[in-house]
Amino acid sequence: MGGYERGNFNSRLILMGHSYARGPSANWEGLHSLTEASFTAPRVSREDLEKRLLSGSRAERGTETAIHLLLLGATVISIATTLGIVFVLVNESFRFFQDVSIIEFLTGTVWTPRFQPSLFGVLPLVAGTVLVATIAILVAAPVGLFTAIFLSEYAPDRFRRIVKPMLEILAGIPTVVYGYFALTFVTPLLQQYIFPDMIIFNALSAGLVMGVMIIPIVSSLTEDAMLAVPRSLREAAYALGATRFEVATRVVTPAALSGIVAAIILGLSRAIGETMLVTIAAGATPRLTIDPRESIQTMTAYIVQVGFGETPQGTTIYYTIFAVALLLFVMTLAMNILGQWVVRRWRQAY
Amino acid sequence: MEPTTSDDVRSVSAEQFHSSLRGRRLIGNAAVVLFFLSTLVGLATLAALIIDILIDGLPWIDWDFLSTYPSRRPADAGLRSALFGTLWVGGLTALFTFPIGTATAIYLEEYAPRNKLTQLIEVNISNLAGVPSIVYGLLGLAVFVFLLGMGRVIIAGALTLTLLVLPLLIVAGREAIRAVPDSYRQGSLALGATRWQTVRHVILPSALPGILTGTILAMSRAIGEAAPLLAISGLVFVTFTPGHPFERFTVLPIQIFNWVSRPQLDWQHVTAAAIIILLLVLLSMNSIAILLRDRFQRRSEE
Repeated sequence: MGGYERGNFNSRLILMGHSYARGPSANWEGLHSLTEASFTAPRVSREDLEKRLLSGSRAERGTETAIHLLLLGATVISIATTLGIVFVLVNESFRFFQDVSIIEFLTGTVWTPRFQPSLFGVLPLVAGTVLVATIAILVAAPVGLFTAIFLSEYAPDRFRRIVKPMLEILAGIPTVVYGYFALTFVTPLLQQYIFPDMIIFNALSAGLVMGVMIIPIVSSLTEDAMLAVPRSLREAAYALGATRFEVATRVVTPAALSGIVAAIILGLSRAIGETMLVTIAAGATPRLTIDPRESIQTMTAYIVQVGFGETPQGTTIYYTIFAVALLLFVMTLAMNILGQWVVRRWRQAY
Repeated sequence: MEPTTSDDVRSVSAEQFHSSLRGRRLIGNAAVVLFFLSTLVGLATLAALIIDILIDGLPWIDWDFLSTYPSRRPADAGLRSALFGTLWVGGLTALFTFPIGTATAIYLEEYAPRNKLTQLIEVNISNLAGVPSIVYGLLGLAVFVFLLGMGRVIIAGALTLTLLVLPLLIVAGREAIRAVPDSYRQGSLALGATRWQTVRHVILPSALPGILTGTILAMSRAIGEAAPLLAISGLVFVTFTPGHPFERFTVLPIQIFNWVSRPQLDWQHVTAAAIIILLLVLLSMNSIAILLRDRFQRRSEE
């Protein structure tokens, strides 16, 4: 701490002690009398002394309780948020399910809420979401894993110190920017060199760009897991004559496996919930397909499409977005819980 | 590694060992190249993205672009309402998030009893951080816009984003508070200070830079978000400067989204130019966060 800070700190301590400032001087007599008391008859009763010591802090205890409640109140907001999300999604979905059966919603293969006949089978949206997320994780899992291995096992310290923040920038770029990049850079590139007849809005370029977007999530969680592997394991493997590659792939990677799996699951969950990138670049065509060159629609993109249309409250279409969001919420929550469970269940304790 | 019996070891001659070692080293070297190239994938994409956007958008940026309202013609389109909207929403979000997030962090680190309920709160917060942002948008739409009757206005957007970024700040705040040495607490308590006096005069001053860094990072997350605000504000055409929190609004990411899918080439330039402005805003905020963190680290090393 700097000198100024220390001075400040002292003055604060002094300020803070103002209620005690009269304490010791006032009690000095009492203390004095207490020492005398051991020689002569007690002039101050124990109760009296305690009362005197505590009287100054009664107001303080009031403040303490008030502050405690205030802080607790702030914490309750987080709980209320979760309850609010669950309540809103379940409540509004319930109204949707009064018009459309849950079975039809979950098993139907045609999603045409805005046309006649209105069909509410969510599977095309789920398929679109899974398709893009799969492409993304096929990019991010190997690239993120290899990046983590390179950074934790090979790279010199200086290289890591420069590269890690640059990778973190990737995670901080707004997703509308990735949407622009996929639409105006990656798609034309793919059309020019690989799939000449691919249409502008497609799952492939959205998935590829999303994969790059989640590389830092996968790589930094993986690297954390690898750095937690104790040095002694590496040293032991080297002592047995293993090469660096063997240490990295047969000792460190298996030891960090739970962290790696969790990183991939969390990356996948992020990919499923990602919204703007797929809304901009993947299209608005709910379609049950596994062909990545086609235009699709994800669950999130559907919610945006209806949301920004300022759909009037109370119509069936308005309630569809809550039903879709509920399904999305359940999917991502399940993956997050699974990720946490993997870490807890499979973590090697060293 | 496969367990090796002593018989296997004996059966390998020196020559066999060395030839296999050459192979193992070859694989190792090939793998290093692969690992290194993988590291470059992220960096190369980042570079391509930035260069692409600069080429598309840089020539388009001038004072008029910043100071005029959106228009139906690309040549006249400007960012004024989006910039003010972002300022309003970002500022209010920070204003709401900072006290709530700090209070929660303090409660969890300094007050909460170690029991099942506290554990539940902690699990809850880490799960909230994983909820897709669009879901927060629907929460805000149902609660702030309709239930509380605020309408599609700035304050509804800011409150929604507050809930969205709160987990980020709570985590950052807890880390900052945990980094305050226990001896500070003990020293303060030994002097007779109460728990709150200790928090207020000892822990907060030394955790503040970390909390502020967290606030700025949370704010930069909020400023880049489009999805939840789209649910709140809609794709509205705003041609005025919002003067109070109960007006309609648009923000930079929504304006970008609005422009990005228009097919004419000129709109692509307008979009890229707006993205440059958005990235500049985020970059300057992150620089402040990094400066704060550096100052913080240097001080705690002294």
